[in-house]
Amino acid sequence: MKWTTRLLVLAVFVGGLVCFHIVRSNRPLRVNEATKEDTLLLGNATELSTLDLQVATGQPEHMVFAALFEGLVAPDPANPDKPAPGAASSWETKDSIHWTFHLRPNGKWSDGTPLTAHDFVWSYQRILNPALAAQYASMLYPLKNAEEFNKGTLKDFSQVGIKAIDNHTLELTLVGPMPYLLGMMKHYSWFPVPRHVIEKFGSVTDRANRWTKAGNLVGNGPFALTEWRFTHSLTVVKNPYYWDAAVVRLKKIVFVPIASDTTEERAFRDGQIHSTFTLPNPLIQEYAKNRRDVLTSEPILSVYFYRINTTREMLKDVRVRKALSLAIDRDGIINNILRAGQKPSLGLTPYPESLDYPQAPKSIRFDPVEAKRLMAEAGYPDGKGFPKFDILINTHEAHRVIAEAVQEMWRKNLGINVGIYNQDWGVYLESQRQMNYAVCRAAWGGDYPDPLTFLSMWKTGDGNNETGWSNAKFDDLINQSNQEADATKRLNLLGQAETILLDEMPIIPFYWYVQVYASRPELKGRMPSVLQHRAYKGWYLDHSVLKQPATVAAPAP
Amino acid sequence: MIRFLLSRFLQGIVVILAVFVITFVLQKLSPTSPFNGERNVPEEVRKTLESYYGYDKPWLVQMWLHIKAFATFNPPDCVKSPGRGVGEVISQAFPVSVALAVPALLIALAIGIPLGAIAALRPNTFDDHWATATATLGICIPSFVLGPLIAMIFGLYLRWFNVAGWHDSADWVLPSLTLGLIYSGYVARLTRGGLRETLAQDFIRTARAKGASEPVVVIRHALKLACLPLLNFLGPTAAGLLTGSMVTETVFQIPGLGQHFISSAINRDDTLAVGITLLFAVLILVFNMLVDIIQAALNPRIGLKS
Repeated sequence: MKWTTRLLVLAVFVGGLVCFHIVRSNRPLRVNEATKEDTLLLGNATELSTLDLQVATGQPEHMVFAALFEGLVAPDPANPDKPAPGAASSWETKDSIHWTFHLRPNGKWSDGTPLTAHDFVWSYQRILNPALAAQYASMLYPLKNAEEFNKGTLKDFSQVGIKAIDNHTLELTLVGPMPYLLGMMKHYSWFPVPRHVIEKFGSVTDRANRWTKAGNLVGNGPFALTEWRFTHSLTVVKNPYYWDAAVVRLKKIVFVPIASDTTEERAFRDGQIHSTFTLPNPLIQEYAKNRRDVLTSEPILSVYFYRINTTREMLKDVRVRKALSLAIDRDGIINNILRAGQKPSLGLTPYPESLDYPQAPKSIRFDPVEAKRLMAEAGYPDGKGFPKFDILINTHEAHRVIAEAVQEMWRKNLGINVGIYNQDWGVYLESQRQMNYAVCRAAWGGDYPDPLTFLSMWKTGDGNNETGWSNAKFDDLINQSNQEADATKRLNLLGQAETILLDEMPIIPFYWYVQVYASRPELKGRMPSVLQHRAYKGWYLDHSVLKQPATVAAPAP
Repeated sequence: MIRFLLSRFLQGIVVILAVFVITFVLQKLSPTSPFNGERNVPEEVRKTLESYYGYDKPWLVQMWLHIKAFATFNPPDCVKSPGRGVGEVISQAFPVSVALAVPALLIALAIGIPLGAIAALRPNTFDDHWATATATLGICIPSFVLGPLIAMIFGLYLRWFNVAGWHDSADWVLPSLTLGLIYSGYVARLTRGGLRETLAQDFIRTARAKGASEPVVVIRHALKLACLPLLNFLGPTAAGLLTGSMVTETVFQIPGLGQHFISSAINRDDTLAVGITLLFAVLILVFNMLVDIIQAALNPRIGLKS
């Protein structure tokens, strides 16, 4: 009888397993349930450091601020790179120096409190207050006397170029003509913060102020914060007080901070999120082959480059720096290593066509013969006698692989031997800051849609220069461009400045980034943006796309 | 007992102080700054930040202020997350780590003890070899391999559980299984070693000679003593699991302490790193004390030595 008992136990076990499998594998997908409720589940890279938009510095924060707050100017839902009316319904300027913004009379905070021009004045005073130590305060330096007030040399805020004429009229006075101001104002440093809430929860400049907690935070964007669980999710719901609430179709957005791109991709295939923030590099080709319908690749205003320490003896010679750049096969790196559709840099400013910047130089190229000639001319024929140095990178597999490719190209095309030195993020930043490097990897993302966001940092003494390079003519052209009201002339000046920069080569641009992500077919209305600006009020979930099973049959990692 | 507890408490305070001082000094010796970023932080901003967070004060003063803050259970704010307290982060993440750790420990024991016992009771047989091989495999496979593998099989292919997130009541299963399987290998090896050693002792022979059945000998007499080395291992292991496993939490997107622990160290979020380190130290002390008490209960010859 023993074997019959065993058989019975086995049968019960197998039966139970089959039942369990049927029940569990037919669970409704999380995204489908969310779609039915117009809830968007969005991968958002890493955990946010703060929701105080005046002390924040990151891109994941910007993705959330775009839902919770709105500046005078907002991204256009049809083309987020274009400025559209936001908290201000209209504006005018005659000379690009004096600007008048007309706020909406029906503008409100998410608690129903009216939003006025005085709120903007107070917000700009707070971000410029030196005691707040806002790292993005410099974004407001175009305002007359803003820099002086922020640096503490001017105490009287009424001298700063911002004035509330009445509750709904705001006047800005700039240090010089700025035709690109509207694009700049889409950055969150220009958004308003709620004075009545901040003052309620603590000191105005206290970074520990708890006004950003869920339940306390009040914004003026299309959504309002309801919950924030660290490293779990941040939830926002439609804001009924938003001036354009009628067009907002999503009822809720859940931002999910998934730091690991492979985990995020798995979550996407499992129907946990509608859209990823990024995709793991090795899987991009597979998605391109098998799941084109969910794959999106968008150019973004970011550039990958190497800094050169021009104070090092062997790198002082511009011919050496040019040779180093000419010896790099960027296409090879992109096609054989990165394979995500990045664009090889032609200049420093990425995708100049997206900025209406035809004056951008296109001088970056791969020319090993010329590189060899320049190296010989500099006194190092076939690399002989050239001192060894290291490429400094921060710990990251992609940086290492690129550095190894460059190492091989320089060995092959120039005959020089370089090492690779990797440091952890914090140490690497400090090394770069102290200029304890010969050549180091870097990247830069634009804050606003203008070449100046890539060029101004190379001025003499700029904190972000970190190459030791200085050129009076370049500085002069940048300064001239700041005084030029005519957009075309101004871009010509910037084009000349960039030409000098690329001719002197204190940096070696490699490629212009693309943002590659997976997005479910039911998510509609999301438009590409080189600045990764988002107009959530134009996004919606198409219920007709719902179908089972909805797991994305992507290749296994 | 009272004397033992009091003695352990006082020792614990010294240990925690030592842990704090070492952590603090290591942070200060680090060549990085919490206020660095990809973009240059203007010098005046850096100075304001250093002044706000007390980094401009002498080391000893900073240390004293931190000790006072943590000792009065009023931990400071996170340096890298304005408006967020260390206490807030820990109070949100710790329960999640506990919810993963308890089932993981139970899984480890449920798999590891029988596996170790099978190997010990049938030494040098096929059963011993496969049990030992399985345990070794559990020890050798890193969590960053096992985690995704489990997620693929039970999440993506069978669709029994979610592959990531902390939304449903069953979301603890896969991460706990990952951790449990890894630790079950250690448990099995320790059980096997302890049991084999105990079964070779005289009192076991006496029990058998008196006619006790094999299950009684093993379960009632041998297993109690055989568990002593396992208990020693379980103390720090439980503390480690309770403070989260960074890899498992990352693989399954679990909002536990592990992610905060590692990211605070990497990003130089000094106050958060100190807070979690102190919690880890306290847990280790508590669990070690519990282990000592249980060991004394299981083997009166050990006793409570203060």
